[in-house]
Amino acid sequence: MADKESTHHGRRDFLQLTSIAVGAVGAASFGWPLVFSMDKSAEVKALSSTELDIASIQPGQAILVKWRKKPYFVRRRTKDEISAAVKVEVASLRDPEKDSARVNSDRPEWLVVGANCTHFGCIPTGAKSTENRGEFGGFYCPCHGSHYDTSGRIRKGPAPKNLPVPPYKFVSDNILRIG
Amino acid sequence: MCRLILAVVFVFFAGNSMAAGPLKHEAQDWSWNGIFGTYDRAQLQRGLQVYKEVCSGCHALKYVAFRNLVDLGYSKQGIRAFAKTFDVKNAEPNEEGETFTRPGRVTDYFPSPFPNEQAARASNNGAYPPNLSLMVEARPHGADYLYALLTGYKDPPKGMKISEGMNYNSAYPGHQIAMSAPLDEGAVEYTDGTKATVRQMATDVTAFLAWTAEPNLEERKSMGLKVMLFLFAFLVILIAMKRRTWADVH
Amino acid sequence: MEKKQFDNKLVQWVDHRLPVFSYMNAEYNEFPMPKNLNYFWNFGALATVVLVTMIVTGILLAMQYTPHTTLAFGSIERIMRDVNYGWLIRYIHANGASMFFIVVYIHIFRGLYYGSYKAPRELLWMLGVVILLLMMATAFMGYVLPWGQMSYWGAQVITDFFTAIPIIGNPLTEWLRGDFVIDNATLNRFFSLHYLLPFVIVGVVALHVIALHVHGSNNPDGIDIKEPQDTIPFNPYFTAKDSVGLGVFLIIFAFFVFFAPNYLGHPDNYIEANPLATPAHIVPEWYFLPFYAILRSITFDIFFLEAKLLGVIAMGAAVMILLIVPWLDTSKVRSARYRPLYRIFFWVLLVDCIILGIVGVKSPSDLVFPGISWFDYKTLGLIGTIYYFGHFLFLMPVLGLIETPRPLPTSISKPVISLSSGGGSAPIGAAAAKKEKA
Repeated sequence: MADKESTHHGRRDFLQLTSIAVGAVGAASFGWPLVFSMDKSAEVKALSSTELDIASIQPGQAILVKWRKKPYFVRRRTKDEISAAVKVEVASLRDPEKDSARVNSDRPEWLVVGANCTHFGCIPTGAKSTENRGEFGGFYCPCHGSHYDTSGRIRKGPAPKNLPVPPYKFVSDNILRIG
Repeated sequence: MCRLILAVVFVFFAGNSMAAGPLKHEAQDWSWNGIFGTYDRAQLQRGLQVYKEVCSGCHALKYVAFRNLVDLGYSKQGIRAFAKTFDVKNAEPNEEGETFTRPGRVTDYFPSPFPNEQAARASNNGAYPPNLSLMVEARPHGADYLYALLTGYKDPPKGMKISEGMNYNSAYPGHQIAMSAPLDEGAVEYTDGTKATVRQMATDVTAFLAWTAEPNLEERKSMGLKVMLFLFAFLVILIAMKRRTWADVH
Repeated sequence: MEKKQFDNKLVQWVDHRLPVFSYMNAEYNEFPMPKNLNYFWNFGALATVVLVTMIVTGILLAMQYTPHTTLAFGSIERIMRDVNYGWLIRYIHANGASMFFIVVYIHIFRGLYYGSYKAPRELLWMLGVVILLLMMATAFMGYVLPWGQMSYWGAQVITDFFTAIPIIGNPLTEWLRGDFVIDNATLNRFFSLHYLLPFVIVGVVALHVIALHVHGSNNPDGIDIKEPQDTIPFNPYFTAKDSVGLGVFLIIFAFFVFFAPNYLGHPDNYIEANPLATPAHIVPEWYFLPFYAILRSITFDIFFLEAKLLGVIAMGAAVMILLIVPWLDTSKVRSARYRPLYRIFFWVLLVDCIILGIVGVKSPSDLVFPGISWFDYKTLGLIGTIYYFGHFLFLMPVLGLIETPRPLPTSISKPVISLSSGGGSAPIGAAAAKKEKA
């Protein structure tokens, strides 16, 4: 056998390598649809905006709404909560962001933030004023003890980032549209 | 021997397709026939109009969502406006715990005209108007059948007794169908000015229902062509490789 | 197994502890193969490829499918419309079942033609029959999952087979269904088993391959390997040859998936299951048609045995009889190439199976030829069934005794001196001579 292999070694190698390479390209092209099938399907991706009536939310309270299946806090902040959020020295923050960059400047009383802790995704308490709002009066995540302030910024605990702000706008005085 | 095996396979397939219904329908020249076939967008849009104005009174289109209509060439705004013309039952109750209907959204599916089968039968003389989304795939040679059915309302042959509430149809198995002729000359007024003859409307709505049955047909065929091209090229390389490898054996 | 010395240090380290590399080398690289194998020896490798394809696409489909009577049909439509490339994966899986059976049936007939079931490969053959049985069960249960009309009524008819069993028939059938009728309990267990059985198939395939590699492949001459010149290593020769077969096969497979994806299916399965209305023409998938014809051809009682039970027994026996084929064949010669009589009856059997397949789709009372009123498909089915069993139970043992086989070659690389035609083995000797020079 050995002598035979050496006879055509060069040419055989070339065609075999080509076959393997083309086959690998084919297999990879076939692999992509298989892998991609596990990603979000069309009906999930098509989920659009969420509209809600915010008239009934009292100052100091928040409600949980779902946009694209994920929970968001819509919180009507009191004057004290706003000023507490504005006063913070931005440079001292773990994830430095001004309060004004996180709310609609016309209506700073409204804070709309994602309700999954940026640590590992638990939902922090603090929507109701009776719940634990942590040391900074915002939200407190019971899973691993992350404290968020009244702008939804991380102040203490293991979470690395501020609660994210989704795209939203006020369609009218009382109607908020997320997305 | 190889040829014989192929013959075997073919006879099997031929045998299988023989299982189709006893009625043969004239094959129409559909735009999506053949390996290069595609849908005709204008035709689909006209078909949608026929479905909405004629069929949707009784027939559901359960698996089609308004968002899917982008495939027909409509803009997102157009679809949003179109969806709003439908009343859709909200999936979740309102704050008082009551179910309510609201204008349709792009993510909604075409609403069913009846809340359940019993209600549908009650308003249709005991017959159940089937969901149309898969009709073209659910009948042998579905598109030809559907066209033949929609254009098959004729006077019954002499001596044939038609039961109470039934209609003669040359394409329907048994020739007696509960649905009365749905399409009359000019039943819809096409926005593109096409003359709404029965044949025109039957063709258009059949095309539309072919699309609802298989919205991915075009992607399937175009991908298929690429795959075939690749596989044939690959086969040529493999044959060359095999010959080279075996050159010193025989 | 021979240990091989590998250059790569890591490979060496692993192989010393778990000889996977030595195994792969011995069984798939250096493994000696008869050099006269023709393209019919591709089908085992093709079946393996289809099995893997079916498992991979099946696992992905199971991630999207909902096994519940009210949701199953809709979940399939979601796969077809909303899941990324869901239509592609489902069409591959649905047509893959048909491809699997085509490949395996050719593989089986290859074995029958060249006597691959004969000693010392009896267990190899029997494991193959077990694989066929498992495939049938898996395919049947998979067909139920979309919960269309054919799914439901197929499940109804097949599970009803068990009611033919005396005394315990009814309780057994209800136990199988988990309900008085086919319902959610049935659908759920079919889903569970449809997921399980392919892995059982993988296990039996492994045994099939182990058994194969004990004595190596049979060959078109049906004679044993006698000298080193008779064989060539699996790699690169048969990896190359199998690749060509795979290339052709993929083209056929892709043609169905992309250009005729519903051709082998039935339109009624695009109608959601309705327990109150049976479709007008209920037919199994094409790969079950010959067996279905055998089932329907028994329409008479024999003594106290009812026709229904006899039909089910006949259908089961049609597969089970393959298990004893190694002992039914009395011939000393393996390959039909050297068996002039058996060779003819092999083709007759193949035609008989095709006829049974056609009978399977026809209505039993339809006439085969218009005008001959006694000759309906039920009668043709009965004739076909009798011939089918006659082939195995009568022809196989008798032919081996009365037939005079043609002279066999002394070895794969040396032709029979007097052989003028017979599988074109003449050039092999020349090649061998050339090789010895090389």
